[in-house]
Amino acid sequence: MKINPETLKKVLFKVAQTRPDEISCDTCYQELDRFAEMLNAGEKAETILPLVQHHLEMCANCDEEFKALVASLEGTANLD
Amino acid sequence: MIQRTNEEWLEALRDPIADEALEDLRAILLRGLRAALSSRIDSDLESITEDFVQDALLKVLKSLESFRGESRFTTWAQKIAIHVAFTEMRRRRWKDISLQDIIETPEGDEYTPAILTDPSASPETEVTQGSLLEMVKNLIETELTERQRTAIVAAMQGGMPLDEVALRLGTNRNALYKLIHDARQRLQQRLEETTGMSAQEVMAIFSNG
Repeated sequence: MKINPETLKKVLFKVAQTRPDEISCDTCYQELDRFAEMLNAGEKAETILPLVQHHLEMCANCDEEFKALVASLEGTANLD
Repeated sequence: MIQRTNEEWLEALRDPIADEALEDLRAILLRGLRAALSSRIDSDLESITEDFVQDALLKVLKSLESFRGESRFTTWAQKIAIHVAFTEMRRRRWKDISLQDIIETPEGDEYTPAILTDPSASPETEVTQGSLLEMVKNLIETELTERQRTAIVAAMQGGMPLDEVALRLGTNRNALYKLIHDARQRLQQRLEETTGMSAQEVMAIFSNG
């Protein structure tokens, strides 16, 4: 298995940010709609739901879906 | 479009003849998905999102009982539509790529500590950064299981989505995240034991370099 230089650096930064109480992708997903609305409302969601915020920093896939959800909400803001 | 409360959405969609509510929800999901995916899909955005919305509507209708009411109903439904769309896009994008392809063909050069360090850092810092990265490489090779190594390298080096790595390892995204989390915790513990520094101190060496 070959590990390239950039990967090694990514691993190190992720390792440094690792915390013992991280939540799973499923738990993050359950909270994602509430989290997105809180952020839209200008609330400090990252302090109310810090584990969701942290999961999004650690998991590229969940973060990608979260950003897409924010874009979707912006695109439908005047519909309902 | 009729404005509905969460309860009104649920009631309308539970109705076997929920045509109007279903059509309104379809319009919202379509508009949302197009806004979310326009920068990712070059052609056929209209028809691709139509397909995603069709699948998402089925999933929303099947999942009505699990809606907890902690957000607006339409936000929850859009979350489902996004998940459906991204799962399918990832599947299509990665369908012909094996784990072996990813872990044996790195995009960059093989490990060379010197090129990882910050050229503007002092010589002492550069040496420390190089040693830390060398250490990480050794810990990955000696402290992790083969499965953990494969998962980390496939996700972080190859950029393969967790769902896709999970599929190839015969597990699911949740379990894979746990596997990688365990691996990160192990590396963190061993790194701290080996260097005598906390994770924050390690980070500082790279950020202040």
